[in-house]
Amino acid sequence: MKIMINLTTHKKNQLFIKTLKGAGYLTLIILTLFLFTLIFNSFLSLKTISLSFLFNTNWQPNTGNFGAAPFIIGTLFTSILALLISIPFSLSISIYIGYFLKNKKRKNTLETLMDLLAGIPSVIYGFWGLMVLVPIIIKLQTTLGIIPYGVGILAASLILSLMIIPYSVTLGKDVINLVPTDLVEAAIGLGATPYEVIKHIAIPYSLSGLFAGHLMAFGRAISETMAVTMVIGNRNFIPKSIMDPANTLASVIANEFGEASAPLHISSLIELGLILLIITTIINIIGKIIVKAYTIET
Amino acid sequence: MKLNKTNLEKRLLKNKIFYETIKIFSYALLIPLALILFYIIKNGIAYLNLDFFIKMPAPVGETGGGALSAIIGSFLIVGLSGLIAIPLGMLIGVFLAEFKEHKINNLTRLAVETLQGIPSIIYGIVAYAWFVMPFGKFSGISASIALALMMLPMVAKATEESLKMIPYTLKEASYALGANYYTTIKKVILPSCQKGITSGVLIGISRILGETAPLLFTAFGNAFLNFNMAKPINALPLLIYNYASSPYQEWHQIAWASSLFLIIIVLGLSIISKNVIK
Repeated sequence: MKIMINLTTHKKNQLFIKTLKGAGYLTLIILTLFLFTLIFNSFLSLKTISLSFLFNTNWQPNTGNFGAAPFIIGTLFTSILALLISIPFSLSISIYIGYFLKNKKRKNTLETLMDLLAGIPSVIYGFWGLMVLVPIIIKLQTTLGIIPYGVGILAASLILSLMIIPYSVTLGKDVINLVPTDLVEAAIGLGATPYEVIKHIAIPYSLSGLFAGHLMAFGRAISETMAVTMVIGNRNFIPKSIMDPANTLASVIANEFGEASAPLHISSLIELGLILLIITTIINIIGKIIVKAYTIET
Repeated sequence: MKLNKTNLEKRLLKNKIFYETIKIFSYALLIPLALILFYIIKNGIAYLNLDFFIKMPAPVGETGGGALSAIIGSFLIVGLSGLIAIPLGMLIGVFLAEFKEHKINNLTRLAVETLQGIPSIIYGIVAYAWFVMPFGKFSGISASIALALMMLPMVAKATEESLKMIPYTLKEASYALGANYYTTIKKVILPSCQKGITSGVLIGISRILGETAPLLFTAFGNAFLNFNMAKPINALPLLIYNYASSPYQEWHQIAWASSLFLIIIVLGLSIISKNVIK
């Protein structure tokens, strides 16, 4: 009797180990299927339009003209602008939390607020932007005498910059905090002011980490969908100024995929998704490599 | 001597300006955050009443109404995602932490990290290709799969990280008592990682609860009350998106109330998850 029980537990044990290994393989299968699905479904577009897809500046689904250039440019335009707007804030907060703020309670409060900023769902950012930010931009555009679209690159970049700040701060405050105390104390011992310590010691020391944090935030900005879709104006032309409505890779998919019926249209939208995936994956991998090198170093 | 003094004053002044600038920029970020919360609370609180939870959305032109179908839809979709992602994610996490020598361990870790970085809209496309195209209709199940795939890496990572913290002696003690591997993991290791895993799961749920992009071409939305996951189904983020883009004042009010409700839940979950770790 006793042996039998042991046998069943032994079988259970073997089964459990197999299940664990199976879960590992399943992850690989899921990711492979994922990529395969995207490539397979964009095959029609890859074959018919080929490389000119990337450079064609026209996107007119009703005439069967598909070019990704307006969206690639729109994505880079909004994301770079968002990053530029966010940098002064994210650097300041990283330095403030990582170096100056010694009061634990205040530090916790600021960090909780950062979490809150990161936790607000993107559709709510979009809704708020549409209801509060866009009317303000319309007023600004009317006083400037520009066509008052309201929605457009500027609105999208402002919302995006707000959304990505927590991502660069998470890493930024940690790498600034990681600067060796003996270096900092040596500098202070030589009579350096906090400003000089940060400028000559802390920032050079944590430069790669700060770069990685902002790179990953940039990746977030590129892949962000809902908030951008709601405030960018959804116009399929290359934007000429920051006041223009435009579209990004993610926003055009969100906007057109549900209504697309022509096979080439669907396939082209999926190819846009593939491009988006490739860009964000490359950015994430570079960011992770830097972070890993960092943790080994320190 | 005099030269030195002015030099020092200059440096101190520079330092002061620098410090104040940093402080101003840091606290300036609180303004938009406060504005967002202020508008959501101000516009949402009046409509976050009993009607919001028990009534269906009102047709155009009528005032009142609630978000019953979206609330039910959201909980059904997220519930099913959790049922898929939590056990599977834990298995993957245990595999990552325990089978370090296995030939696909590093590859699996890379796959989990890649999956984590995939833009949310892509999950929508893939779930559409897997479950909507073959069956020819939008469904709650396809949305659940998309969200489960998003949650999977978070649960797996949380499990792996918590397992790493467990001292090896605990495992040895369990073996010494005659427990086999399965019993050791189930009765000793996983219970002692409970806090870390729970917090990871809660964060995962709060993330996918607000996700909209993967639902656009999977759950799609539904104007009627629906409990059938094989059919199109409404969800809170979808409702906010659809109502926000509409020109009707009444719908905007429901969208504000939904936003407030969603933020309360998301915030509540993240607070709970933080307290769990403590």
